[in-house]
Amino acid sequence: MLVILWTDALVFLLVLSLVWFCFKFLKYPATRQQWRKAYATPMRMVALVILAFYIVIGLLDCIHYRPQLPDGPNGETVYSEVVKSALDWLLLPNSEQMETSYSAPFAKQLFTPEMVKTPNGELEWVSVKLQYVSGAKLLPLILMGSIYALALWLIVTGVLWLLLHKRLRQSSVPWHAGLFAFGVMVWLVCVIAQLMPHYHIFGTDKVGGDVFFAAIKSIRTGLIIGTLTTFITMPFAVLFGTVAGYFRGWVDDAIQYLYTTLSSVPAVLLIAAAVLTLDAIIQRNEDLFQLSAQRTDMRLLMLCCVLGLTSWTSLCRIIRGETLKIRTQEYVMAAKVLGLRHMQIIYKHIVPNLMHLILISIVLDFSGLVLAEAVLSYVGVGVDPTTYSWGNMINSARMELGRDPIVWWSLTGAFVLMFTLVLAANIFADGVRDAFDPKAN
Amino acid sequence: MWQYILRRFLYAIPVLLGVNIITFMLFFVVNSPDDIAAMQLGTKHVNAQMREAWKVEHGYDLPLFYNAKKHSITETIFWQKSDKLFMFDFGMSDGGRDIKQAIYERYGPSLAIAIPTLILGLFVNITLALFLALFRATTIDHVAVVICVMLMSISVLFYIVGGQFVFSRLFKWLPVSGYTDGFLSIKFILLPVMVSVLAGIGSGVRWYRSIFLQEIDQDYVRTAYAKGLNDRVVLFKHVLRNALIPILTGVVVILPLLFLGSLLTESFFGIPGLGSYTIDAIRNQDFAIVRAMVFLGSVLYILGLLLTDISYVLVDPRIKLN
Repeated sequence: MLVILWTDALVFLLVLSLVWFCFKFLKYPATRQQWRKAYATPMRMVALVILAFYIVIGLLDCIHYRPQLPDGPNGETVYSEVVKSALDWLLLPNSEQMETSYSAPFAKQLFTPEMVKTPNGELEWVSVKLQYVSGAKLLPLILMGSIYALALWLIVTGVLWLLLHKRLRQSSVPWHAGLFAFGVMVWLVCVIAQLMPHYHIFGTDKVGGDVFFAAIKSIRTGLIIGTLTTFITMPFAVLFGTVAGYFRGWVDDAIQYLYTTLSSVPAVLLIAAAVLTLDAIIQRNEDLFQLSAQRTDMRLLMLCCVLGLTSWTSLCRIIRGETLKIRTQEYVMAAKVLGLRHMQIIYKHIVPNLMHLILISIVLDFSGLVLAEAVLSYVGVGVDPTTYSWGNMINSARMELGRDPIVWWSLTGAFVLMFTLVLAANIFADGVRDAFDPKAN
Repeated sequence: MWQYILRRFLYAIPVLLGVNIITFMLFFVVNSPDDIAAMQLGTKHVNAQMREAWKVEHGYDLPLFYNAKKHSITETIFWQKSDKLFMFDFGMSDGGRDIKQAIYERYGPSLAIAIPTLILGLFVNITLALFLALFRATTIDHVAVVICVMLMSISVLFYIVGGQFVFSRLFKWLPVSGYTDGFLSIKFILLPVMVSVLAGIGSGVRWYRSIFLQEIDQDYVRTAYAKGLNDRVVLFKHVLRNALIPILTGVVVILPLLFLGSLLTESFFGIPGLGSYTIDAIRNQDFAIVRAMVFLGSVLYILGLLLTDISYVLVDPRIKLN
């Protein structure tokens, strides 16, 4: 049975509006030309490809369902209380298998030996075999993965070449780098897909869960916090900013007062205060949520709203300033003289001219928000502790480097996936800023 | 100028009132005093009487906004709590300790970490950024910018955990966490300061570099080169001095906030400052402390903005406040 959580719905709405946005604006050659600048260097192209892979994984993780259980006593269909996603289904063996404790990457036995009673009554330290590690040879697995990857890459490249070779040959886009990055990512995906049923690639954590699986599942949380936060609050920032700049007078004063007040509270404290209180509400109304997944999802959405509460003020301030400039332009005057209503002027003439600012702010905020999630989860005002997120992974693993012998893989797993996403996002954001900011050079 | 400062002070009052209303809404309207009492006392072995007694003790037993019985707005939680906040009388925490006393005891350690971090960070970032400006548009510059972006992409948590691992566990040079008074505290301060500076290098150097490069495009720099001055003199004598204006004003804003310390650094390194105080309060859901810190933070931020405006006038004679 398909389940649509609130964040899923918003994510799909976001994707739809992005598609609409592309159709509306990419028909102008000038806009296309500008976008091309955003990935004009090989590094930016690579970043874009990596981001695309992350987004695909995140979207897969947004399709939720409740698996069907055996029929109930009266023959009615029963669905599980546990909500799964398409990604869980793809990674099926790993999403359900739990070892009992720590194990190192690619290990075949548990990290710490266990005390076992031998038949003659003596106690003995024995290394315990992992339940879900087959011990298959590594090399053939990697080879098989590489062959699949090569085949897949050749097919995609071939099709692209057949369809577009004339345009590619003349284009200034660094498509070599893009194809190369695509190849590397496909290779990684294929090899990992081959290895995952046989090994724990990043080992297992304290309670025996697969670290790599947790790190992959965290991608959705990171992406949602990075995108939905700005998506939810952007309409307010744009509306308030343009109205304040356009009408001036007491409207301007009121809105300025609002955002000065909000931004004068230190962000972390405001977030903490808001999350604490909203959390108390959720706890009091727990019976509103049928499934635990809905409750944790509501908490995630709430965190996005709260983060947005602190971050919209800067965008609002920028938009107000820009609107002040635009409203004196001749075309706005002309629109006024022609008798357009105020809201029409704002919608038709002012907002389209602010698009570059909104775009830059969305892209620039993304990586900061992903990083903020980790910090907030540590402080205790982040996502629900049962949600997969890099912040929760780091938080539960932060004492592990102090163990003797050290357990390094949980932190490494979170680090690798988080770092790659944030780095790619930062590089891409630089590209977008270069392309759209008239001041940047 | 004095008139301007006075006006800014007066403008701060409605903003602080707004902050007060926001926090009041968050803490008392969203959760009723009964909820707070229930949260602090727990639900087991507690009867209604004990809850009432707790509310009386903490001053939560009044109506929220308007006291219909006495026809007054002063006999309400809103008035009583706000009135005291504006007098900087923070009262008792929900846990039963004096908040003001705690602030007095804890701002010292916070500053002991925050001030060296700020100074060392500024020095390192500006030096590196100047270095990059000297080598602008060369391979060194390009590579360094990429490294900066990479450093920026690492979460602060990894810097802290990694720093503790490398310096305390691997090399055993410095203690992992802790704090003492007096000069001996240096061994506890060193690691948090180093880690904080390192964590800020990526964004800091990039930011200062862009400031320097903006200045380099100015006409006076072209004039200086035209006079035959060499790169180093132009950078240090002309560019650095002019770039100090945006740098200084960026620093002045955060100066008062140093007082509050850093949440993460203090809690990871066990520094008994205001940052770890706040984080503990958040984790214990102690609304009184969080509310006091939010108010204090806003006051300090507004103070920072005021100081920024004043410092503009002091460093740049072209600017006049009115």
